[in-house]
Amino acid sequence: MMKAIVNVSLKAGVLDSQGKAVQHALSSLHFGDVSDVRVGKQIILKLNTTDKEKAKADVTKMCEELLANTVIEDYEIELIS
Amino acid sequence: MKVTILQFPGTNCEYDTQHAFESLGAKTEILWHKAESVPSDTDLLVVAGGFSYGDYLRSGAIAKFSPVMKAVKVYAKNGGKVLGICNGFQVLTEAGLLPGALKRNEHLHFLSKHHNLKVANNDNIFLEKLACGDVVNIPIAHHDGNYYIDETGLKELYENNQVLLQYCDKDGNISNPNGSVDSIAGVCNKEKTVFGLMPHPERAMEKLLGSDDGVKMLQGFLSA
Repeated sequence: MMKAIVNVSLKAGVLDSQGKAVQHALSSLHFGDVSDVRVGKQIILKLNTTDKEKAKADVTKMCEELLANTVIEDYEIELIS
Repeated sequence: MKVTILQFPGTNCEYDTQHAFESLGAKTEILWHKAESVPSDTDLLVVAGGFSYGDYLRSGAIAKFSPVMKAVKVYAKNGGKVLGICNGFQVLTEAGLLPGALKRNEHLHFLSKHHNLKVANNDNIFLEKLACGDVVNIPIAHHDGNYYIDETGLKELYENNQVLLQYCDKDGNISNPNGSVDSIAGVCNKEKTVFGLMPHPERAMEKLLGSDDGVKMLQGFLSA
């Protein structure tokens, strides 16, 4: 059994409206040191494999095909065995 | 003229769309997403609005894997005419049949109101009954209508006259409700066979209900 944690967020150049709204809310709570906020989503997968290479390849394919929209989003994969 | 209208779990504009096209004299059929082929007598395939699969993950992200979408891709590849309205537009971008993507509205609000749109290009069957610069009043109703495309993609859209409609005020001056790149409300593919827009022309068929500007738009498909 292996766990894959996929973090999906908007690409660097793409305006993140939710992040901006959160940043604004934080500043109204007087957290003045926050210079930028990006809101993403985390998808946690349990995989029935112990083969790290295969898991990495499979999850990458999942990200490309479904989990992220690569027109606007980037993804990062973390594997925990 | 036969219009086939796709229905996913969560689609909610299929009957409005059916009513709109039938009022213009077209034959229609509603096609459940489990279908594995597009009816062969289809002249236009419409991906109707709504919230397919509850907008889970991203609007349109799950619908693109419905069995029927394989057939839709083949149909589109062979030059079949496709129109995606609202959630249908999102499905078509997710499926790669149209360029770009639809993000959450810039101000994070769900928008539901009439909005003016300016015709950017009319050298296509969808808008051929209108002139460039014409302003039409059409309802919008979306949360994820913020059209995004990168600079290279945008340049290509302009070069090929793929920008269909832009949000504007009643005088045709750009007025952007949702943060879309260049205030874009609708685009088509290079071949001008696949069309997508966030506004709902099928909800603008009767003056009594606020506008009948949708008639001229949908009629374009009927004369083709």
